[in-house]
Amino acid sequence: MWRKNQVRYGMVIDVDKCTGCGACAVACMSENNVGVLPDETDKIRSITWLRVYQIDNGKPFPDTEVAFFPRPCMHCQGGTSGAPGQAFFQEDTDPQEAHTPCVSVCPAIATDYDDATGIVSQIPTRCIGCRYCVAACPYHARYFNWYDVPWPQGTPRGLSPFVSPRMRGVVEKCTFCYARLQRAKNKAFVGGGKVGEMDYQTACTEACPSGAITFGQLQNPAHKVHKLIQSEFAFRLLEKLGTNPKVYYMSKRKWVRMMADNHLSQAKATQAAASGGHK
Amino acid sequence: MRRWFDDLPKYADDSSWWPKGTTRCRPEVFLFWLGLPLTIMAYFGVSAFLVLFKGLNQTNMNDYFAFGVWIVVDLAVIALGAGAFFTSFLNYIIGKTELKPIVNAAVLIGFICYTGAILMLGIDIGQPIRGWFGFWHANVHSMLTEVMFCITTYAIVLCIELLPSVLDNRRIGKVPEFGTFSHNLHTIMIVFAAAGTFLSFFHQGSLGGMFGVLYARPFAFRGHLGIWPMTFFLFVMSAIAAGPSFTTLIVMITEKITAKRLTSHKVKMLMGKISGWLLLVYMVCKSVDTLYWAFIYLPSKGLSVGQMYQMPYGSWLVWAELGLFGWLPVVMLLTPRVRESYGLLFLAMLLNCIGVTLNRFIFTIQSLALPVMPFEKFISYLPTWQEWGVASLVLGHGLLIFMLAYRYLPIFPQEPELNQR
Repeated sequence: MWRKNQVRYGMVIDVDKCTGCGACAVACMSENNVGVLPDETDKIRSITWLRVYQIDNGKPFPDTEVAFFPRPCMHCQGGTSGAPGQAFFQEDTDPQEAHTPCVSVCPAIATDYDDATGIVSQIPTRCIGCRYCVAACPYHARYFNWYDVPWPQGTPRGLSPFVSPRMRGVVEKCTFCYARLQRAKNKAFVGGGKVGEMDYQTACTEACPSGAITFGQLQNPAHKVHKLIQSEFAFRLLEKLGTNPKVYYMSKRKWVRMMADNHLSQAKATQAAASGGHK
Repeated sequence: MRRWFDDLPKYADDSSWWPKGTTRCRPEVFLFWLGLPLTIMAYFGVSAFLVLFKGLNQTNMNDYFAFGVWIVVDLAVIALGAGAFFTSFLNYIIGKTELKPIVNAAVLIGFICYTGAILMLGIDIGQPIRGWFGFWHANVHSMLTEVMFCITTYAIVLCIELLPSVLDNRRIGKVPEFGTFSHNLHTIMIVFAAAGTFLSFFHQGSLGGMFGVLYARPFAFRGHLGIWPMTFFLFVMSAIAAGPSFTTLIVMITEKITAKRLTSHKVKMLMGKISGWLLLVYMVCKSVDTLYWAFIYLPSKGLSVGQMYQMPYGSWLVWAELGLFGWLPVVMLLTPRVRESYGLLFLAMLLNCIGVTLNRFIFTIQSLALPVMPFEKFISYLPTWQEWGVASLVLGHGLLIFMLAYRYLPIFPQEPELNQR
């Protein structure tokens, strides 16, 4: 029995629409109180919950093609994923089998998987800073606070009151703007209704000027993302690993789709996904 | 032979504390040499202070190399310290009493390795004050949780196992209460040996399991046997193969430094033989595992072995780990003529210990260096002087404890007999 009716929030990013402007990354930092570190040129230590990669097809001019690849946390589901090409989100029949790479390794339950939404959370005040989750994540979506954020005088007044700033020595990552979901739930509770598609949208989705990011419930036929992930051009990053991400990408360019999965042939990709990756 | 310091005036005499029937250098000379571990400890102290006060930005670790030299050293010393539990297991539980002359040394070395590793782990985590969260908010699915529980409890077991040696000191043992307590501890030591074996088996395995469960890291991930990945068993096997070698190696180094015979060569040969057979079993399993990983698992994920080894972490590491520091010590340790030779036995055991250290390095550093994301590049990592400072703790506190224990505790029961003039 597939758990098809479960609420599972996910995202579809249209790579062909992304211009690489970085508005999503800026909105994310502002929404989630991500600070500016003393040396932001040190890119292997700076914190960008949503990082925009620039990729190209490796061909010389005039055949060069460039694409931009925004990468938030993939909110991996784990378990047996849907086969590539079908691009349909599936959950494992056995929730015990389905585990994200990072949640299962944390020794102190500082990161958790919310079964009601499918969102992978992070609890900074619980984190001991062992960085095992950072090692476990293949997407480099997890960031360790190597420094105390030197908030310039006056700037703390501009911080969002809904998200706690993190301290040195803990890990943080994209939470699909979970604070927005909590506010949407409160609003729905007061109004007596349910959380609608547009009641809960992430900051990056709202900020994208070209409408490249779509957010919603993957298994809800009324939501736009549900239709988008069934496109033949939809794919996921490193699908072959069996992480079963809830962030989808779309591109009509074949080289982009191929690059996302390290050139795994279609037959092998189907085989890898069918074997459940990590079982 | 008279030495230059024998004619110096005596300021203090601690000979009544020395183990019965042994001689030690003069206190002034001993104090002079204590300067070496104390200097290393001072280096550690400065480094540890900077890391704790300023944070982990004092290291060269980053979001790509989440683990660095500390985890490599931790894993290596825990594997090398496995001689403690395995020698105790063979001596007390299997009844291999020929190993009795080296059990105390094995326990002492294990104690040094484990306490050093725990101290370093306390500095390695970003929030040391929250270290207890792993026990209080334990995630039973995490291999690291199991490691934390087993290492801590085993360190307590090692303290208990070491206690009789402390109580058997000539002066302390004269106190009737301590003497009786020590005697009673000896009689129930089999219980602690069993507990130590159980705990060690699981944490050695879980340290391997930590990497084997990373299913999104194709370099480290391995297939499962039951609920455990293959690395669980491989780490246990390599630890029990290298542990006895490391114990013997330290004894041999101590013999050279002190110019005394501390255990008979027969005991060393037996330790070498045990290491050799265990290493053979490990190498067979490791070779099969490597072949399966390279030719079946990786292609199934659309990857190739070539992608896994890029400079500076090139394929030379495989040949070094499996050849020079793997199969070569197997052949050497299983050859009786090699075991009979002091020098060759030393060399074989050294190669064995380097092999297990290299294995831990590869699993820690290379697993992380490999770019799994298609848009990422292969990057390398070099530790800072602060990282080396913290990593040198094991050496500094190890030397300090071992020097004090050698001088005052009956660690080597064969010493008086072997050094009779």
